[in-house]
Amino acid sequence: MARMKSSMKLTSRGIVLPLAALYFLVPIGASIWFSINEVDGVSFDAYTDGLGTEGLTTSLMLSVRLGLATIICGLLLMVPTLVAVALYLPKLRRVVEILCMMPLVVPPIALVAGVTTVLSWEQDLADTPLYMTFQALRDENFPLVLVLVYTVMSLPFLYRSLDAGLRAVDLRTLVEAARSLGASRLQTLWQVVVPNLRAAVMGGAVLSLAMVLGEYTVASVLSYRPFSVWMVEIKDSEAQLSVAAAMLSLLITWGLLLLLTTLAGGRSRKSSRRENGKKTVS
Amino acid sequence: MTVPVQLKQLRREFGSTVALDGLDLDIAPGEMVALLGPSGCGKTTALRIIAGFETADGGELLMDGQDVTSVPANRRDIGMVFQSYSLFPNMTAAENVAYGLRVRGKASAERKERAQELLDLVGLPGREGHYPHQLSGGQQQRVALARALAIRPKVLLLDEPLSALDAKVRLTLREEIRRIQLELGITTVFVTHDQEEALSMADRVAVMKDGRLEQCAAPSELYDRPATPFVAEFVGTMNRLPGTVRDGGVVELFGRRLPIHGETPATGSEVDVLLRPEGLAVGAADDKSGTAATVRVATFLGATTRLHLSTESGAVFKADLPSWEATGLAPGARCTVTPHDNPVLVAERS
Repeated sequence: MARMKSSMKLTSRGIVLPLAALYFLVPIGASIWFSINEVDGVSFDAYTDGLGTEGLTTSLMLSVRLGLATIICGLLLMVPTLVAVALYLPKLRRVVEILCMMPLVVPPIALVAGVTTVLSWEQDLADTPLYMTFQALRDENFPLVLVLVYTVMSLPFLYRSLDAGLRAVDLRTLVEAARSLGASRLQTLWQVVVPNLRAAVMGGAVLSLAMVLGEYTVASVLSYRPFSVWMVEIKDSEAQLSVAAAMLSLLITWGLLLLLTTLAGGRSRKSSRRENGKKTVS
Repeated sequence: MTVPVQLKQLRREFGSTVALDGLDLDIAPGEMVALLGPSGCGKTTALRIIAGFETADGGELLMDGQDVTSVPANRRDIGMVFQSYSLFPNMTAAENVAYGLRVRGKASAERKERAQELLDLVGLPGREGHYPHQLSGGQQQRVALARALAIRPKVLLLDEPLSALDAKVRLTLREEIRRIQLELGITTVFVTHDQEEALSMADRVAVMKDGRLEQCAAPSELYDRPATPFVAEFVGTMNRLPGTVRDGGVVELFGRRLPIHGETPATGSEVDVLLRPEGLAVGAADDKSGTAATVRVATFLGATTRLHLSTESGAVFKADLPSWEATGLAPGARCTVTPHDNPVLVAERS
């Protein structure tokens, strides 16, 4: 009976895993093939010459800057909030969770409709100090309004990741231990809490970055031109370049994921190697 | 001489639950006091108020004569060891120990030297570079103790520091903690629900019940002369035997008159006499001066044997006697019991 179960497990693994792999790899493979397939053979022109195409670097850099700014804003907002809720207001946890999950059920088009309405107040505020704020929000070189919207849209990713991280550590004891040793609240947060949430912070950051790199609706409706909008714009005239750029963005996201994961796990792995086999019992 | 820690009429409520109900306690310099009591008696709340993690609803907390009730935890100069190991996982043992000095802005060399000194003191030389996950539970608690001591605190607080450890490590570590506490002469408050731990480690044990202090005394006094029936029954093993109060502050038990220690009820009252198993002498069945009893269970405990006895009147109780005297007292055997003439506590008949 046990052998039969084990063989069924192996069979189902043997079917499900290749199917899942095909589901992910076939579209990627087809896209790569499309981007290099020419009438007279294989060509990597879309990857080599395409990189110099007007708008690519600017839009990519804008997306990366927006992504980094979103991560910083999101973490500055979420880490202290979730720590405070976990320590002092545990009853509010459910409320915070629902609020953070809201962006998942509000379509970006609805969100941007609201943002557009608010931005249209600019003309009515021409004689007030708020006018300059609206101008700054709409700055074409670095549209802060996108950072604000993306921060809201990244809340579900940050919440899930940080919440899991906070549940994995004995937060209350760590904070109390640091406080009893003389640390201020800020020192406790920066030197004790955040380092122990490193993996959760990195996870949330990578997901947020991936979301920003791929976001199209909000940026397009507000008439900005980050990487995703640029790709759509060129797809009719430069279809292969558009797909090559999509592959490039995928590679960037994976690369960042790998880098952040390495950074997050680096220290513990290093220490584990150094002390491997030294653990003692007493 | 100033008193390092004084609790004056401390009161703390959580909703409708009264955790502390006017707790008074003075702790002398260099003294180790154990707060002992059943779950929910308020001992941990009292410790957390001293640490600054809880705020008292009423009363005062004085340290060296200064009211620190509203001083935040990070400005109290208190070292604390927690039940869960509480080491910072992102720091090595040495970094953990030096953390309190780091937040105080001490130079790196001084921090290293002090961390080394403390790790040596707690018996962990050579473990400076280990991360918490590379240390056993006992080692982690030693590091936590070193970390708490590194800042040279005015008071050391221990919140059930041994309860997460296995029995053997617990025994070793409790001796170590006491040795270090005596060596440094640091005033220490220790919370535990394990009476053996409290009695073996502390200079004085404060027994708490329902947020109040029942008795604070040296372990031997607590055991031999408990102030209340609760203390008598909470600390050690105690028999409740039916007796009658007679004139002259005595109680009659098994035909003998014993002096009453503490409050004496009205003459003629039917009471329970509180008597420890070693407060009864067990004699031969034909001893005319004793009360006849039957052995129900005999438990060999090494040097002593504990007999579970019953009398014809229905009293059921325990008596301890040296194992060499208990030979032949198997279940079903007949014997006699006689209470020693020491003062006894009495309680309302249960």
